Amino acid sequence: MPTTTREIEVQDSAARAAGLEGYQQTTEDLVGEKLVLNMGPSHPATHGVLRIVLELDGEIITRADPDIGYLHRGDEKIAENMQYNQFIPYTDRLDYLAPLANNVAYALAVEKLMGWELPARGQAIRTICCEMARISAHLLGIGAYAMDVGAMTVFLYTFTQRESIYNLCELLTGARFTTSYTRIGGQIRDLPEGFTDQLLKFCDEFLISLDEVDTLLTRNKIFLGRTRDVGVISKEDAIAWGLSGPNLRGSGVDHDLRKANPYLDYHRYKFDIPVGSVGDCYDRYLVRMEEMRQSVLILRQAVAGLPDGPINVVDAKERLPNKDRVLMSMEELIHHFILVTEGLDAPAGEVYFGAENPKGELGFYIHSKGGGVPYRLKIRAPSFVNLSILPKLLEGCMMSDTVAILGSLDFVMGECDR
Amino acid sequence: MDWHIIIAAVIKIVVFVFLVTLPMVAMSVWAERRVSAAIQDRVGPNRVGPFGLLQAVADGIKFLLKEDFTPAHVNKFYFWLAPALTMVPALLTCAVIPFGSRLFDEKMVIADLDVGPLFVFAIASLSVYGIVLAGWSSNSKYSFLGGVRSTSQMISYEISLGLSIVPLIMIYGELNLGRIVQEQALNGWALLPLWGEGLSLKGFILAVPIFISFIIFMTSMFAETNRLPFDLPECETELVAGYHTEYSSMKFALFFLGEYAAMIIGSGLAVTLFLGGWSLPFGWLAPESVDAAVPWWHGLIHIGVYFTKVIALIIFFIVIRWTLPRFRYDQLMRLGWVFFFEIALFNVALTAVILAWPQLWKMMFG
Repeated sequence: MPTTTREIEVQDSAARAAGLEGYQQTTEDLVGEKLVLNMGPSHPATHGVLRIVLELDGEIITRADPDIGYLHRGDEKIAENMQYNQFIPYTDRLDYLAPLANNVAYALAVEKLMGWELPARGQAIRTICCEMARISAHLLGIGAYAMDVGAMTVFLYTFTQRESIYNLCELLTGARFTTSYTRIGGQIRDLPEGFTDQLLKFCDEFLISLDEVDTLLTRNKIFLGRTRDVGVISKEDAIAWGLSGPNLRGSGVDHDLRKANPYLDYHRYKFDIPVGSVGDCYDRYLVRMEEMRQSVLILRQAVAGLPDGPINVVDAKERLPNKDRVLMSMEELIHHFILVTEGLDAPAGEVYFGAENPKGELGFYIHSKGGGVPYRLKIRAPSFVNLSILPKLLEGCMMSDTVAILGSLDFVMGECDR
Repeated sequence: MDWHIIIAAVIKIVVFVFLVTLPMVAMSVWAERRVSAAIQDRVGPNRVGPFGLLQAVADGIKFLLKEDFTPAHVNKFYFWLAPALTMVPALLTCAVIPFGSRLFDEKMVIADLDVGPLFVFAIASLSVYGIVLAGWSSNSKYSFLGGVRSTSQMISYEISLGLSIVPLIMIYGELNLGRIVQEQALNGWALLPLWGEGLSLKGFILAVPIFISFIIFMTSMFAETNRLPFDLPECETELVAGYHTEYSSMKFALFFLGEYAAMIIGSGLAVTLFLGGWSLPFGWLAPESVDAAVPWWHGLIHIGVYFTKVIALIIFFIVIRWTLPRFRYDQLMRLGWVFFFEIALFNVALTAVILAWPQLWKMMFG
């Protein structure tokens, strides 16, 4: 089945965007009596443990005050107390809807510190991981978003597809959810037999299911009414608030790290970056839908052009040697022992690496003073940054718009609170 | 006092309300879960009894056995009153809906009132009190918002609901639901005038306002029963559970079942007014008049036909619910007041013009 970029025409989007400038200043319905409503931390629409203190005037929000930190686990501090490889399982729990992509982003950051580059096959496998994770995360994003505005069925359609992705994850890593697939300098194992066939089969089935979702939502009058011209983020605001990922591109900024700063082997693949025109909830929905189609495109190219060869950095002193060699040969045994007990011998220095994760730019800043443990590890969590625009976005909206806006921002509290 | 009438009425109440409608409420919950499961590629409840048919019984037992908790901060009297106020009006409206022609020379309607639709609207609008009181007495902000929303929603849509059946009443010149159905049995259903006197130019022209009425009626019914896409009072993603957030156990079940009961009664009313009630199409097995004798097996078939139509409409309600997203509060209000209200008014005028066309013609040109 061919996958192409579809143009979804929006009439005079520029005029619409201009007319929406004063959208949030609709004050004629205000009563004057304020009601403070505590939304969360356990609320069905806050996708985890976000708490928003809403000040309502009738149904209109006059002030919104997000309160985060309910899922704070101190991941950054934890990272300072363990070797680089030991932190990989913690990255699973950042954006827990796309653990594979987090694993890759973290491994790439540490590899940048080490100055390593993976062989071609390893990079292609990581690309496949990232795009699988992107589809999985966007599926949940769209499904939960649709459920928030009332279309429950879409949620189950997308979850059926996520199940297939979890099956693929299980095949690849042995775990469905907390994958911990990468290691510094490679992957824990190569693609299993038959994986590519199953992946291609999934791609075909997935596109059919995506079209069903498309039919249910994209042209649905009620869905359009709930999402169009709601929660508008202008181009300037999106940049000023440091948004990234689909939320940034929904506002019409053509910035995707896969193109802007190609990492892995993204330069090898042909794909498009969808951008929105107005920056409303509907545009963010469209961007996510299209990104999934583009991910399928990348997956197919990656499978078709999958190179042979090693998947890991071949450097016996730095990368864990093969287990069978460890048990048979003295030198490998010593390397293994040193690596496991002391960790990598990382050079001193500071690196930052940002990867285009499903939610936006997931960045790892590592300050190393040498040795196997980072001196400081800072995580730039896209959800945290994307949520920062919430008070501005919610003010002047209807109470019911809250769920549409929260759904369209598609955040994960595990990543936001770290 | 004629004991015969009282005994017959009691039997009809017990059979129709307690043995048919209430189990139907429970079964429609089961149907909702099964149909939604089919739509969503799931299995649905299939463990209790064959095809999960006894799920409703299991749920009922669960509700009865759960702790009936009353939070400390509520206004107890109204808090306890509200669930009853939701359920009772829904069941009361059963009284005037004819669910069959005649059986053993007894009219198959509990109260053969001459103001049927008016009675239904009068009683059905009482159910808004249940929701308002629940929202208010719970003393919780989410419940309160749900209560406020549903008040405005139900009051707004009652207007278009009432206006939407005015054309029908004008056409039939009749407020007795039994006689309306009898008329449809002989001369074509309101929506399907394909036999009897309906098979005429006037019948076809009148089908246009009736169709508009039907659309408005069904949409308003969705709003009145608080179902998606109009389930704002309890939209679970914003208001947690709306007006019944603080309720548990059987009190919650009463709200839950009240919604389904309202849906069944609404379907019953739609069937009676627009789809020929208990009558078969093309005048098959139709009695000659409301008072004509009907063989008992005709009577049974008529009852069966009525419930078949109601069940078909309920399934329609369910499919809609699992297909569409939900409106926003202001959009819902705009739809009700700007769109449906005006179309309904226009529809009344249109029907009047069509009905009075011969006289108008004579006045202007004769």
